[in-house]
Amino acid sequence: MENEAVLDKKVIVFQLKNEEYAVSVEQVGSIERIEPITRVPQTADFVKGVINMRGVVTPIIDLRKRFGIEEAEYSEATRIIIVYMDDIEVGLIVDAANDVIDIPESSIEPAPEVVGTVDVDYLEGVAKLKNRLLILLNLQKVLSKNEIKQLKSVEG
Amino acid sequence: MDTTEYLDVFLDESREHLESLYKQLLALEKNPAEKTIIDEIFRAAHTLKGMSATMGYNDLATLTHKLENVFDGIRYDKIKVKTEMMDVLFDAVDHLTAMVEDIAAGGNGNRDVHQVTAHLDAIENKETTDDKKTGEPANALETITSLNEFELSILNESAERGFGNFEITVELRADCLLKGARVFMVFEVLEKLGEVIKSEPSVNDLEDENFESSFTVLFVSRCNQREIAEKINKVSEIKQVTINPFSISGYKQEQAKQQQTAEKPVQQTKETKTEEITLKQQGKSTYNKTIRVNIDRLDVLMNLFEELVIDRGRLEQISMDLNHSDLQETVERMTRVSGDLQSIILTIRMVPVDQVFNRFPRMIRQLARDLNKNVEIEIIGAETELDRTVIDEIGDPLVHLIRNAMDHGIETPEIRRQKGKPEQGTIKLEAYHSGNHVFIEISDDGAGINKDKVLKKAIANAVISQNQAKSLTDNQIYELIMASGFSTADTISDISGRGVGLDVVKNTIESLGGNISIAAEVGKGSTFSIQLPLTLSIISVLLIELQTEKYAIPLSSVIETAIIHKDDIMHAHRKKVIDFRGKVIPLVFLKDIFAVQGKDPEQQEYESIVIARKGDKLAGLVVDSFIGQQEIVLKSLGNYLTDVFAISGATILGDGQVALIIDCNALIK
Repeated sequence: MENEAVLDKKVIVFQLKNEEYAVSVEQVGSIERIEPITRVPQTADFVKGVINMRGVVTPIIDLRKRFGIEEAEYSEATRIIIVYMDDIEVGLIVDAANDVIDIPESSIEPAPEVVGTVDVDYLEGVAKLKNRLLILLNLQKVLSKNEIKQLKSVEG
Repeated sequence: MDTTEYLDVFLDESREHLESLYKQLLALEKNPAEKTIIDEIFRAAHTLKGMSATMGYNDLATLTHKLENVFDGIRYDKIKVKTEMMDVLFDAVDHLTAMVEDIAAGGNGNRDVHQVTAHLDAIENKETTDDKKTGEPANALETITSLNEFELSILNESAERGFGNFEITVELRADCLLKGARVFMVFEVLEKLGEVIKSEPSVNDLEDENFESSFTVLFVSRCNQREIAEKINKVSEIKQVTINPFSISGYKQEQAKQQQTAEKPVQQTKETKTEEITLKQQGKSTYNKTIRVNIDRLDVLMNLFEELVIDRGRLEQISMDLNHSDLQETVERMTRVSGDLQSIILTIRMVPVDQVFNRFPRMIRQLARDLNKNVEIEIIGAETELDRTVIDEIGDPLVHLIRNAMDHGIETPEIRRQKGKPEQGTIKLEAYHSGNHVFIEISDDGAGINKDKVLKKAIANAVISQNQAKSLTDNQIYELIMASGFSTADTISDISGRGVGLDVVKNTIESLGGNISIAAEVGKGSTFSIQLPLTLSIISVLLIELQTEKYAIPLSSVIETAIIHKDDIMHAHRKKVIDFRGKVIPLVFLKDIFAVQGKDPEQQEYESIVIARKGDKLAGLVVDSFIGQQEIVLKSLGNYLTDVFAISGATILGDGQVALIIDCNALIK
């Protein structure tokens, strides 16, 4: 059915550790270099704080921490991807922003479910392109507020 | 016709007219015979009808038309205003409001109004014996034939003061296309020269082009005949202007003569009556020099200005660092100018509290009927202005307090009579400015607050303990009713009283940076007084530092700053406290609460403390150092980070960094 009209999805590809992730380009406002971040006390530990994004105070999430990957020093390549989700505006810290590419809808498959791995709901699927594997993110789940609250209660 | 671009204007104006309808209806209920009120209502209904017909909202137009008919009848004493009628009229206006809101929400304004229209028709037909024709085009050449006393007195007075009274007949050319526009231009010319007392046909008919080619006005002016004629002739497409001096005595004689020959042309007198609208009430003469501005634009303006304030902060810092006198002078001047600019922008955003207050009379009327109570509302200071953001937020808390006063405060007429009070209770709503704050007081002359009952309830609901209860002051007891989980009404009604109300009211007001206090006297009534900041967007703060992190504390909650010696810190039940001017106040170590990272510097001899308050409770916030006082622009943390403990928002400092604003209300218990 999908073959009738090959719908392409434009995504922004970014790197976390050695894997490549993708978010839909419509949800991305801009890509920024790392800036000084003001810490906000008593928030989930993956919330790094807030920055001044051209006059708008924008919360910043460290995606490595959010996904449970060990932290790394920020480098020249580190970027903040500003994303929009409904009425929420958030910056995501990623290791590098690599690419903007079109991926055909047909190449998207649901995230593989393997016994023994942690079940995460923020993955929308994977896209297999020639020699790369892109992990598509479900931003709504990544930014879910329940998650924040849950983590908060664990902490405190 | 594509009307979408006019939709906003239509909605705005409709709401305005509906508001005025409500207001006038309430006034009419009190003064059923007052002609000016009836005219005002008629005018509002008429305009609304015209607008909605133009925009293609037929149901709206039909209903307003019916309403207009009824008031037309009332105007000419064919229909008597009766109390049972008022309900139908209110109902009709309620329907109109619902339609307009439907349109605003993107609907088509359709609504089943059969019942109301039937009621309106019943009113109209029952009372009017003969069917009248509204809006029938008036006859050709007009002369002023009837004047009411009011108009006569104006004419008399103007003649005494040396003004000239003129009867001006303007005849438009037969090929004139925009008759309404020409009429408007003529009136504009006339209004510059003097005052139009009366016109025939009526201004409404003229605007609707409900006339053949000529119209007559009664005009008072200092100018002479020739001058007026010249000025009017400047308007194009006018065929002829005839100006005759109008003599009152002549008119009276004429009237007397007509009286003698009266009786016969019933038809005619009726027709002339239709023209009996004075221009005074047309609102034309009360031109207000205002423009409508889209609120979004104001927000953009505000945002731009906020950016400017941030840059100004930065400039101040740079000029201080550089120590260059010319630069400093320039920056100082810029600071002054932007200060003025700030106050102007803030006042532009100010709206009168009337926008919130105006819905209360109707609400109280309705509630009073539901509760079988007799209540009157008195509003003072409705013109007091507040920032739009505050206005938007304050409505619900006020509604709640008024409902509360209606339900718990004001007694039923029987009880009031027994107590020797007038049967009619009064709720007073007063707003006024004081300093940088606006106060809104809601007082009722009802039962007041029964302290014992409050205490009992509070203990029963575990809001306080038996022991605590003994040491409370009157005010502290009153404040208990705003604690969560509290309700004093013996029976829970749907008006108020589930114990989830007043604490919400309190929270809302505190989140707006205001506070609420209660005063009461048993048997005499109670007063809720709300203090609100004038604006929410730009506030003065004290900047402080914790290690390398900067925080802002609103000046409104800072009493003073102090530096105290370590040895002065005392311990009370494992809590650190200090003696501040004879009062023991607890210390709050902000570094611990905000979990500020970094090594503690060497044991310091002294601690820097900000004495902050919440109501009349104090606390000492321990900080590392003070930076100073600054005007900052309040920004929210966005929708992702909500409910951050003890942080009420953020601001951007001169160097572009974000500083968090500390919410003292959350820190002080």
